[in-house]
Amino acid sequence: MRDVETTKQHGEIAEKAPNRSPEAGLSWTLKDGVIELGLHRAPCNELGSEALEELEQFATFLQRVQGEAHALIIYSEMKPGFCAGADLRELYQRSQAMKQAEAIKGVRDFLERIHRVLNLIDAAPLTTIAAVHGVTFGGGFELALACDLIIADKMARFCFPELRLGLIPGFGGIPRLKRDLGNSVVRDLLLTGRSFNAVKAQQIGLVSQVVGEGESLRAARATAAQLKKFDRATAAEAKKFIKPIPHEELKREIDLFCELFARPAVEAGLRKFVESTDAQPYLP
Amino acid sequence: MSTSDQTLDEILNLAAAHFKVPREKLSPDDDFFKTLGIDSLQTLDLLTKLENYFRVELPDYELQGVSDFRTLAGRIQARL
Repeated sequence: MRDVETTKQHGEIAEKAPNRSPEAGLSWTLKDGVIELGLHRAPCNELGSEALEELEQFATFLQRVQGEAHALIIYSEMKPGFCAGADLRELYQRSQAMKQAEAIKGVRDFLERIHRVLNLIDAAPLTTIAAVHGVTFGGGFELALACDLIIADKMARFCFPELRLGLIPGFGGIPRLKRDLGNSVVRDLLLTGRSFNAVKAQQIGLVSQVVGEGESLRAARATAAQLKKFDRATAAEAKKFIKPIPHEELKREIDLFCELFARPAVEAGLRKFVESTDAQPYLP
Repeated sequence: MSTSDQTLDEILNLAAAHFKVPREKLSPDDDFFKTLGIDSLQTLDLLTKLENYFRVELPDYELQGVSDFRTLAGRIQARL
């Protein structure tokens, strides 16, 4: 239904958006100058190879239509949350099926591809809003951090759990969080691996609005409607002025991630996590 | 009722309401994973609910290995 509406309103541009299929984990629409990217891959929008391919398709769409839009909203349709991060099961299984050098090459390729997508979202000349709820962990947190604003429902929870598995965040989280909030916040989140809630996230300046349960998308749409009143070129220049992309640190993050990924401790940690059947999965 | 007992009682009330379980089915020493039938993601929901209600921050590593309401109440009480 949404695709039909969009096609009617935006003709050729919207027809280029793929129709939503039952297998798809992402879908997007452009309506009234607002692009909405919905995440709906069970169980909680894990980012694996299929999700990456779809994100790349979305990135192509975004580049094509961003001149026609003033806002992008990214949200999740999955009950547990916005996104639980990288697909660790796929990462483990794929790396097990390869020699180490090949596995590291595959990881680097994956990281470089997802960085391209997130850099594009980060620098898009429109205002981007992550409307989050529930689990916003690891790569999911990093996806939200690529956006200009984060609007969180009060049940949202943020975390970089990577260090617990012998890794660092690999989708640009450290440079972006450091850019936005400063080194001490990064250290707290990164070095303890703890999660914190939306109220805390707002206190430290990460989240711009905290709303009631189930209200983040509505609040994001209300914000996007307000942004439409502003001159687009001015808003784009303001964003470019205040939000530099930390390219050098992002590249170094990929190098460090790959270096760490080669260590046996990571394989052991991933194996324990993947094979755990406890209600609380293995996380040291 | 002592402050600790009150905290425990409030946790049981919140858990019952959030997971739609009759309050009388919950006891302080229950394994909440089993009694509530929840997984790790739902446990995070419970943690967030409790943090919002009691206005405390409870790092999730403090809950590693905690599975009963009484110990959970103790962890929260220590931060009030």
